[in-house]
Amino acid sequence: MDTILSVVVGLLVAAAVYLMLARNVLRFIFGLVLLSNAANLAIFVAGRLTFSAPPLVAPGDLAPPGLVANALPQALVLTAIVIGFGLLAFALALVFRAYQDLGTLDSDAMRLAEPKPGTPVPPADPERSSKTQAETPRA
Amino acid sequence: MSWLLTLPIMLPMLMAVVVFLLRNQPGAGRLVSIFGCAVLLGLAIALMVVVWDQGVLAAQMGSWPAPFGITLVADLLSAVMVLITAITGFAVAVYALADIDHKRERRGYHALFQVLLAGVCGAFLTGDLFNLYVWFEVMLIASFGLLVLGGDKAQLDGGIKYVALNLVSTVFFLMGIGLLYGMTGTLNLADLHGAVMAVENQGLLTVVAVLFIVAFGIKSAVFPLFFWLPASYHVPPVAVSAVFAGLLTKVGVYALIRMFTLVFTQDVSFTHELLLIIALFTMVTGVLGAAAQNEFRKILSFHIISQIGYMVLGLALYTPLAIVGAVFYLVHHIIVKANLFLISGVAKRIAGSFELSRIGGLYAGAPLLAFLFLIPAFSLAGFPPLSGFWAKYLLIEASLEIEAYFVAFIALLVGLLTVYSMTKIWGEAFWKPHPDGRTPRLSMLTRRERWSLLAPIMGLAAMTVGIGLYPDPFIVFAERAAEQLLQPESYVRAVLGEPSS
Repeated sequence: MDTILSVVVGLLVAAAVYLMLARNVLRFIFGLVLLSNAANLAIFVAGRLTFSAPPLVAPGDLAPPGLVANALPQALVLTAIVIGFGLLAFALALVFRAYQDLGTLDSDAMRLAEPKPGTPVPPADPERSSKTQAETPRA
Repeated sequence: MSWLLTLPIMLPMLMAVVVFLLRNQPGAGRLVSIFGCAVLLGLAIALMVVVWDQGVLAAQMGSWPAPFGITLVADLLSAVMVLITAITGFAVAVYALADIDHKRERRGYHALFQVLLAGVCGAFLTGDLFNLYVWFEVMLIASFGLLVLGGDKAQLDGGIKYVALNLVSTVFFLMGIGLLYGMTGTLNLADLHGAVMAVENQGLLTVVAVLFIVAFGIKSAVFPLFFWLPASYHVPPVAVSAVFAGLLTKVGVYALIRMFTLVFTQDVSFTHELLLIIALFTMVTGVLGAAAQNEFRKILSFHIISQIGYMVLGLALYTPLAIVGAVFYLVHHIIVKANLFLISGVAKRIAGSFELSRIGGLYAGAPLLAFLFLIPAFSLAGFPPLSGFWAKYLLIEASLEIEAYFVAFIALLVGLLTVYSMTKIWGEAFWKPHPDGRTPRLSMLTRRERWSLLAPIMGLAAMTVGIGLYPDPFIVFAERAAEQLLQPESYVRAVLGEPSS
């Protein structure tokens, strides 16, 4: 079982890398989803897999009898899934907003923050005078 | 005293809730935000005093005994990082009074800022690897929000690159945690210190160590993983990019120092050699990148990268003196770098642009600002008697001590190139006349703006000069911090208790 899941982790990473190498930002995000799932699965497998041995403690006992499944990796994976879900939801919203505002999903075409050399530089803001004191502070 | 360890995390979280509820009353929200930062500063000083007096402080959350529950630990390095976080947070909160517009305030700038501080403090104080991951995420999601808050087109553009590459780093970190847990069966950092010795396949451990180098390397923006930083740090408002520049990458460096002094010390000849190569490339590429830029904040962003190289260099040399240098550098750099970003904001405010070709005349019009710029700029380049001189001096002496002459040569050369690009900012923004023929003056700002913009800059500059003129106590402090890092027995004992019990 461990071997099969390890291979699955490898396949997921390979597919993720393939998707992340695309120029389309949306594909990159999909790749990221796969990659984070691969990481979750890797944690799960790293905690060792046991078959049908839930870590349950009988009433009155202090420890479960015999060898049971390791509950900690599952707790870690749950936490990681929740955090990953939040981050990816944010990333998707950001990509959508960027598509609306910048009109492209091509990461090579996103040069607004880093314009190519030779692009004309925007002019300086108009001069402030002490008369415009009432003006709201600007970023 | 264990409550003292939780407060630097709880307080900003609480403040975040309060300022979020007050987001439609900007006046009250600002006051609460500043009040929160001031109390955080007090707590950080208290924590520092306690750790200095009593040694490493540890607290078990929920009273679960050490390797099973989550532990909060403060050694001297953690304590000083929390202190410097509080100082930077306070300075930026005051600066934000004039720098953040009402739109961004209503959308929750102050709340995100407080969550960011909570995440940074949490990352510095935790003694558990998975908990470190959680704090990284808290910090990351707050920084995502701050970076794109306001939604300018350039912010979205820079934000995408920042978000994408930082998420990749997160996945690497998570995978490293999973594999390390699979090999050792523990996630407590102090427990890991002993557990890694017992791992049979030491080669596999080195592979995991490299995963951590990549994960923290992306966070701390080292060569060749730094590309998100110059793509994004110049897009948000100055009050945001200053706190990013001061704190965020340094959390990555802190995590590297923590992991590679406490846990991954079994194959120093490989891991630290790799870090050394990374550090040298980071220093050189960063400073060359800065020389090629023509925008105030982009030059400063590339300088961050080059300076990160110095800190990683201290860790990579892995001698007592080099670690002293790394700790000193970390503290000095946060103050100086945040300050330079704050100054760039004032320059843009009165001269009209961040583009160096579009501004000028600041020396003639605002000599006070020029003077305040020279202090952190010279400190960054390593001029005596400012703080940067001692930081560089310690590192170069450390490399000469182990006869790493090439390393010392690169460190000096990069310092020289730093002066070159600082001269460029000086010549373009301050010395040459303004291309539009106007004279930028500080009197263009309102009285309130002048206060809230210049007071934090003056405070941070005074600290730079203070550390430079009286370096002794700071070096003694860094020596003790380095001693704790290189002999982690006291750290382990504080967390796990006496070995006999």
